[in-house]
Amino acid sequence: MRELLRLPATEIAAAVAKGDLSAVEVTRVHLDRIAGVDGEVAAFLHVDAAGALAAARSIDEQRTKGEPLGPLAGVPIAIKDVLTTRGVPTTCGSRILDGWRPPYDATVVRKVRAAGLIPLGKANMDEFAMGSSTENSAFRPTRNPWDLTRIPGGSSGGSAAAVAAFEAPLALGTDTGGSIRQPAAVCGLVGAKPTYGGVSRYGLVAFSSSLDQAGPLTRTVLDAALLHEAIAGHDPLDSTSIDTPVPSLAAEVGRDVAGMRVGVVRELSGEGYQPEVEERFREAVALLGDLDAEIVEVSCPHFAYALPAYYLIAPSEASSNLARFDGMRYGLRAGDDGVASAEEVMSRTRAAGFGAEVKRRIMIGTYALSSGYYEAYYGQAQKVRTLIARDFDAAYQQVDVLVSPTTPTTAFPLGERVDDPMAMYLADLCTIPANLAGVPSMSLPCGLADGLPVGFQIMAPALADDRMYRVAGALEAELDARRGHPLLDEVPAL
Amino acid sequence: MTLLADFTDAVARYEAVIGLETHVELGTTSKMFCGCATEFGAPPNTQVCPTCLGLPGSLPVINENAILFAVRIGLALHSSIADWCRFARKNYFYPDMPKNFQISQYDEPLCVGGHLDVEVDGQTHRVGITRVHLEEDTGKSLHVGGATGRIHGATHSLVDYNRAGIPLVEIVTEPEIRSPEVARAYVVELRELMVALGVSDARMEQGSLRCDANVSLRQHGESRLGTRSETKNLNSLRSVERAVRYEISRQAARLDAGGRVVQETRHYDEGTGTTSGGRTKEESTDYRYFPEPDLTPLALSADYVAAVRYDLPELPAQRRARMAEKFGFSPLDLEQMRNGGVLDRVEETIAAGAPPAEARAWWLNDLARRAAEAGREPAELAITGPDVARVIGMVAAGTLTSALARQVVDGVLAGEGPPDEVVATRGLAVVRDESALGAAVDEAIAANPDVADKVRGGKLPAVGALVGAVMKATKGQADAQAVRALLLERLGQG
Amino acid sequence: MTITRDEVAHLARLARLALDETELDHLSGQLDVILNSVARVREVAAADIPPTSHAVPLTNVFRPDALRPSLAREEVLAMAPAAEEGRFRVPRILDEV
Ligand SMILES: [Mg+2]
Ligand SMILES: [Zn+2]
Repeated sequence: MRELLRLPATEIAAAVAKGDLSAVEVTRVHLDRIAGVDGEVAAFLHVDAAGALAAARSIDEQRTKGEPLGPLAGVPIAIKDVLTTRGVPTTCGSRILDGWRPPYDATVVRKVRAAGLIPLGKANMDEFAMGSSTENSAFRPTRNPWDLTRIPGGSSGGSAAAVAAFEAPLALGTDTGGSIRQPAAVCGLVGAKPTYGGVSRYGLVAFSSSLDQAGPLTRTVLDAALLHEAIAGHDPLDSTSIDTPVPSLAAEVGRDVAGMRVGVVRELSGEGYQPEVEERFREAVALLGDLDAEIVEVSCPHFAYALPAYYLIAPSEASSNLARFDGMRYGLRAGDDGVASAEEVMSRTRAAGFGAEVKRRIMIGTYALSSGYYEAYYGQAQKVRTLIARDFDAAYQQVDVLVSPTTPTTAFPLGERVDDPMAMYLADLCTIPANLAGVPSMSLPCGLADGLPVGFQIMAPALADDRMYRVAGALEAELDARRGHPLLDEVPAL
Repeated sequence: MTLLADFTDAVARYEAVIGLETHVELGTTSKMFCGCATEFGAPPNTQVCPTCLGLPGSLPVINENAILFAVRIGLALHSSIADWCRFARKNYFYPDMPKNFQISQYDEPLCVGGHLDVEVDGQTHRVGITRVHLEEDTGKSLHVGGATGRIHGATHSLVDYNRAGIPLVEIVTEPEIRSPEVARAYVVELRELMVALGVSDARMEQGSLRCDANVSLRQHGESRLGTRSETKNLNSLRSVERAVRYEISRQAARLDAGGRVVQETRHYDEGTGTTSGGRTKEESTDYRYFPEPDLTPLALSADYVAAVRYDLPELPAQRRARMAEKFGFSPLDLEQMRNGGVLDRVEETIAAGAPPAEARAWWLNDLARRAAEAGREPAELAITGPDVARVIGMVAAGTLTSALARQVVDGVLAGEGPPDEVVATRGLAVVRDESALGAAVDEAIAANPDVADKVRGGKLPAVGALVGAVMKATKGQADAQAVRALLLERLGQG
Repeated sequence: MTITRDEVAHLARLARLALDETELDHLSGQLDVILNSVARVREVAAADIPPTSHAVPLTNVFRPDALRPSLAREEVLAMAPAAEEGRFRVPRILDEV
C-alpha cells in the first residue's frame, strides 16, 4: 500500500476521521514498512508495536463513538530517543542508559498522545544529541534514504531518516545547534526549531539546557505547522516555558509573501559552502522575489563567532547536565567489584558508558567552566551570545525573516568526518546562531545538488514562528508547482 | 595524639576568630523545586519524583514559599534583598546528590549583608551577616559495614533521597565571633528567629538546622586573619560550643609549637568532643559554578519586599524588649525564660490574667521541674497558659492553697480536664464549712491534750502540730491560716 | 599548546572519567585543536557587553507550594543498579568533604 505510506499526515488524518482508513490499518502499514526497510536505514532504536497498535485502537474507538478527532489524530509518529516515554526504553543513543525505562512521559510526548498521534517507537540519534551525522549513536549509525552510504544528518538523524524512508509520516526531533534542521536539510524534509521556550523541555533529556528545543520533522510545511502547534504551549513544569498562547501556524501556510522583507545573511555563504548548495539557495531566494517578496542583503557580523561560542556553551552545560549519569541510581553501573569506591565506580561507569564525542564535550565543558578559564572561555562565549542576539535584533529592524542555506554541504559519506571533530562541527555553521539567540528557525527542501537534497533555512524573530511558516508555505508551493511533484517523490526506492 | 593547649591559656594568648555557616531547612510544604513532601521521618525514598531524583529530562521549578521564607529571613537579619539574582550550579560528584550538582547561589545571593545581635551574660554582641542564599538539600547516606555508621571503613552505603531537594537557606556570618559562648548564643538566637518567622522548625537533632564553624587564631591586636579550619555538620548547641572550644585549643597548641594550622575541613565527633581532619585531596575542589540555565533569574520588586517586611511577625529581640518594659522582667529573668523555652507560655499565662512574676515562677519552677521529670520541654506539657493562669487566680482568691494548686496541676497534666474540672472531680476546693472545720479542730485538741496545754500556757509555736493534724484530717483541703486562727481562738490565745 | 596532558588528566578526574593512557593521549591532541579554535571568542572585544545566560527574558517563574504525587518506591528502586532496605545501594564513599 505504497500510496498510504506517501500520504502527507494531514491526508492520513482526514481519511481516518472520515473512516476511509482505520488508525490500526495506518499503524500496521507503517510497522510493516519499518520491518521491511529499517534493517537498512536503522532509523529506530526501539519499535513499540504493541503500544502503537493500542493507541491506534483507541483512536478508532473514539471515532466510532463520534468523539471529535484532532487534525493529526491517527497519524503515526517517530519519537527521538532523547524524549522520555513512560515504560518505553529511552537511551538517548547511549550505552549508559541502555535498558532504562522512564517512569514518566516528556510533556511533548504527552501532548502528541493527547493529539491522537501514534508513537511508533524511539528514533536513533547521536549519543545525547551530540553530533551531526548520527554516527555517534552507541548502537548503530542511521543511513540516509537518499543514499545509504551517506549520513542522514544529526543528531535527529533517526527521526529524519524514518520520515524520508516512509517509515513514519511525522517525527519529533530536538535541536540544540541544528539537530532538527540539518537532518531535515540533508534528508529533503521540513524541520523546525521553535522559539526557545515555545515548546516544553520537560522530559527532553538535557544536552544544553539554554539551547535545546523540540520540534517537528515532516514531509510538508503544513504537517510541520500542525505538529508544531500540537506540541507548543506553556508548561508549568518547565521554568523557561513561555506563557503566551500558541500562535496559529497552519493558518499561515497558503498565504502569499508579497511585500514581506526577506534578508539574506551575507555571512552565511562563501568559503566552505558547496557551490551547488549556494546555487539552489539563490534560485529559491529568486523565487521568493518572483512572489513579490522584497529581497535584502543583511550583515550579521558576529555570526562568525557563533560556532566557537556554541562549542563552549553547549559542552559547558552538557558537562553539568551529564554528571547525573554515574551508575548510582539508574542505568549502567560498571566496575563495581565490591572493593572500588563510589568515585571509582562512577569514573569507570562513565568511561564505559559514554562514547568518544560525549567524553570530548564533557572535557571541553569541564575545562571551560573551571576556575581560571571561566571568564576567558564560558564568560566570553556568553558575551558573544549577546552580540549575536543584537545582530538578529538589528537585522529584524530591516527585514521580516532571515534566510540562508541550512547546511554548507549536502549529506557527506558515512565515516568521512568521524575522526575529525572540527570538520563535523562545521555542519552546523548556519543553524547555530538561531539557537544562541533563542529565535525560531526552520529548514525546507529547495532542490537537489548532485542528487542530494539541499535545505533552505528561514529564521524569524522570537515568538514570530508564524512568519517562517508563511514564507516556507509559499516557497514550498512554488517549488512543488515548478517541479510538478514533491521533492521526496525522487527519493530512490528501498 | 593531638596536642591541646589549655583553653584559658589559649584565649589569653590568641584571639579566636570564628565565622559560622548555618544551613536551615525551610518548613515549606513541598520541596524547593518539585511537589514532593518535606516531612521528616517518612520511609526511605517515598518522597521522591523525577525532579528530586535528578532523572534524565526532569526540570526544577522554584517553590514560591521558599523565596518568601528566604526574604523573611533576610529582612529579619537586616540584609538587603537583591533586586536581581540568579541560581547557579555547584558541580561536584557525590552519591547523595542526585544530579551531581547542587542548585545553589554563587556570586549573586538573594540577601546580602545584615547582622544579628546576640546577648551573653547581659552583654550584646553584634554578629555581621555576610550573605543569605537559597539552595537544595542532598539525600542521606547510611554507611554500612564499618564502625557504627561511620563513613570511614564502611563497605558500602545506602542512600535515601527523601531529603534531596528540601529547600535550605545558608546563612553566613562575618568572622566576627570571638568566643565559643557567643558562637553558641548566635545559634540559639538564630534558631529562635527561624521559629518566630515561621520558616523552619529549626530542630538541630533532626538536622533541620546545622552549622559549620570556621575557626582561626591570631595574636591579639593582629588584623590579618590566620589560617582557618572548617568543622562541618555540628548538630547541637553543645557541639557548636565544644567543637569551637576544641579547635581553639588544638590550633593554639600547634601555633605554640611553632607549627602551622592547615586549611582543611574537619569532622566533629559527638562522642569524644574532638575534631579530626578528613582525607586531604590531591587537588582543591573546583565547583565550576555557572548560572543555572533551567531556572529564570529572580527579580523581586520593591513592592514585594515591602509587603514581606510589613507582614513580618514580632522578632525575638523586639519581643524581649517589650516583655521587659511591659511586664517588668529583668534581663536575667528573660534569659532564664528563654533558655527554659517558656517565653510563649509565660506570655500566654500573663495574657490570661496572671501577674507576670507568678506566671514566670510557675513555669520556671514547678512546671520546669515536672517537664524535667517527664524528660520533655516545659512548653510540651499538656497544660496551657490559661490553665496556669486559672490556677494562679484560684490561689489568689483563696479557693486553693498552694498545695492544692499543685494537685490541680497534676490533674490537668494527667489529662483530667481544665483546672475547674479537676477541682470538681477531685473535690479539691478549700474547706470553708465552719462546722466541719470546727469539728476537726475539736478532735485535734482532744487527741493532743499535752500540746493543747502548751499552747494554752503561751507556747504559741506548738500550735503547728495541731494545725498539721487538722490538715491531715481534712486531706489538705483546709486553709492552714484559717485553721491556725481557729485553733488559737479555741485555746484562748485568739 | 593550549592544554597539557596533565591538565587533561586532571579534567578527566574532575569529570569522573576513567580514561586509559591511549585515550588520554588521543584526547589531549583533539582538545588542544578544539580549544585553540574556540578560543577565537576572545577576539571579540566585549568588555561592556553583558553576558547572556538565558535565551528567554523571563524572571520570577514560581510554582505554588503545593504537593504533587511522588513516585511509588518500587518504581524508583526498580531503576537502581542495586537497592537494599528501601534505599539505593552504592559503593563505599571515601571520607572526604
Ligand atoms: Mg551550601
Ligand atoms: Zn520530588
